[in-house]
Amino acid sequence: MRLTIAEVEHIAELARLELTAEEKEHYAEQLSAVLDYAVRLQSLDTRGIPPTASVLPARSALRPDVARPGLPVEVLMAGAPDAEANQFRVPPVLDEP
Amino acid sequence: MTDLFDLSVLETLQALRQGQASSRELTQAYLTRIDGRQALNAFITLTPEKALTQADAADRRLAAWRRSPDGELPALLGLPMAIKDVLCVEGVRCTCGSRILETFVPPFSATAVERLLAAGIVILGKTNTDEYAMGSSTENSAYGVTHNPWNWEHVPGGSSGGSAAAVAARLAPASLGTDTGGSVRQPASFCGVTGIKPTYGRVSRYGLVAYGSSLDSIGVLAHSAADAAPIFQIMAGPDPLDATSMDLPVPALNLDRPADLKGLRVGVPQEYFIAGIQPEVEAAVRQAIQVYADLGAEIKTISLPYTDYAVPVYYIIAPAEASANLARFDGVRYGPRVSGEAMWDIFYQTRGQKFGSEVKRRIMLGTYALSAGYYDAYYGQAQKARTLIKRDFEAAFEQVDVIAAPVAPTTAFKIGDHTGDPLAMYLEDVFTLPANLAGVPGLAFPVGFDTQGLPIGMQLMGPHFREDLLFQAAHAYQQATDWHTRRPADN
Repeated sequence: MRLTIAEVEHIAELARLELTAEEKEHYAEQLSAVLDYAVRLQSLDTRGIPPTASVLPARSALRPDVARPGLPVEVLMAGAPDAEANQFRVPPVLDEP
Repeated sequence: MTDLFDLSVLETLQALRQGQASSRELTQAYLTRIDGRQALNAFITLTPEKALTQADAADRRLAAWRRSPDGELPALLGLPMAIKDVLCVEGVRCTCGSRILETFVPPFSATAVERLLAAGIVILGKTNTDEYAMGSSTENSAYGVTHNPWNWEHVPGGSSGGSAAAVAARLAPASLGTDTGGSVRQPASFCGVTGIKPTYGRVSRYGLVAYGSSLDSIGVLAHSAADAAPIFQIMAGPDPLDATSMDLPVPALNLDRPADLKGLRVGVPQEYFIAGIQPEVEAAVRQAIQVYADLGAEIKTISLPYTDYAVPVYYIIAPAEASANLARFDGVRYGPRVSGEAMWDIFYQTRGQKFGSEVKRRIMLGTYALSAGYYDAYYGQAQKARTLIKRDFEAAFEQVDVIAAPVAPTTAFKIGDHTGDPLAMYLEDVFTLPANLAGVPGLAFPVGFDTQGLPIGMQLMGPHFREDLLFQAAHAYQQATDWHTRRPADN
């Protein structure tokens, strides 16, 4: 199986990754190699086998419903690449009307 | 007195308590040594001022204790350590080996780090890692490759390669690493040091930048099991900030007593001695297993029949989890931003330009495995196969107490040898991935050298939450042999 450039572009769009033309070529080849290798999983008989999402026994971890102080807003905003009045600033999300 | 950086963790702690050395002297000795070996590239960020401040605080406490030695001192008071750069330390840049976090300074510390700081450690700096811990060689770090102290042309292993190289080169007596698919054990093996990957759920993951959340664990690298044990014990135990940290008692490790391995059942899985394994690796591991037989253990050949599926299962599940976990790095809330005209451009361009090639590869692999039409065939099937791998271990631990196996099929490969072929690099992880998929603990330690003088490692794996068995068995081996005392030439 070989992924097409269009398929790579579709995956990159889902993952919000801008790729160069060269990267698309590379990834088409390399992802195909890994997926080809993973094909051996299809031949495994897993009828009646439950999936493992966590290796731990299923349980609910509860904590007392008590308010705790969080980090100050200024501290959390300090790392923002662009901020104003304790809000993250970004370019327009919607087109101008 | 020998050089301070030649002391073990236990000797260091003792020297500090007895006043033979101050934490400042010790910390300064390590900082000077690190400074002289910058070319090894074990660290991404050094924190000398903070380290000396922490050392001075430890010294004040030690001095007061020596005047009136009543009450307990914090267990690791004054001990310098290095921390892998995927674990948050408040106020210290945390890059995860990535350009996308080049400027990220976390406002809080990981629980594991917090507990060690409360126990008195001094943090020398943050160690190099493959970007987001994705890799087996540190070649995927945006901050350059770390060299293997035994031979600079070879990789130190990864992803905790900086932490392993730092201990091997005596730039820190111990370090923290993380292990999602072998990232503590494999670099420990490649660098000739001891590394513990705890049971999944034993150490809180709070403040560890997530890669594969169902697989990630935080471990310790040091020169011996006895050195790693007290550090592991401080970190272990439940944390309300991580719902997957288990509320179970952490057993005493009792490494001060002579170990008795009489009757210990050691399983040797036939699937770990395959064609393609470097003959010297197999020979050294088999010899180490003979040491266990000589110490009174009962050796049994066992089978873990689904071992062969670990690579495809892992390289579906881990990238799937990574693709979800790494969605948060979008150039909006922290780290650098590549500006664009619309908000979507920020996402595409920041992620496209600031993530390295392996990270993008895994995000895409995971995105594909989770996407409509492919979910059942890839992710769903991998999760079921994971159950079979987990059952392999459950069945094995009905028959044996621990499992002994090589850590990697080869010793440290040369820098650049696998960079063009991701699949070949993934296949290097075949012996370490199963423990992560099953969630069991693993402890790697040196058992010899190949003819090139590169270290060979063996790992012991145990049932969930039985790190105590692994520590005791590794300690017994290290009392009977001296591989763990070998050090690379000082250059």
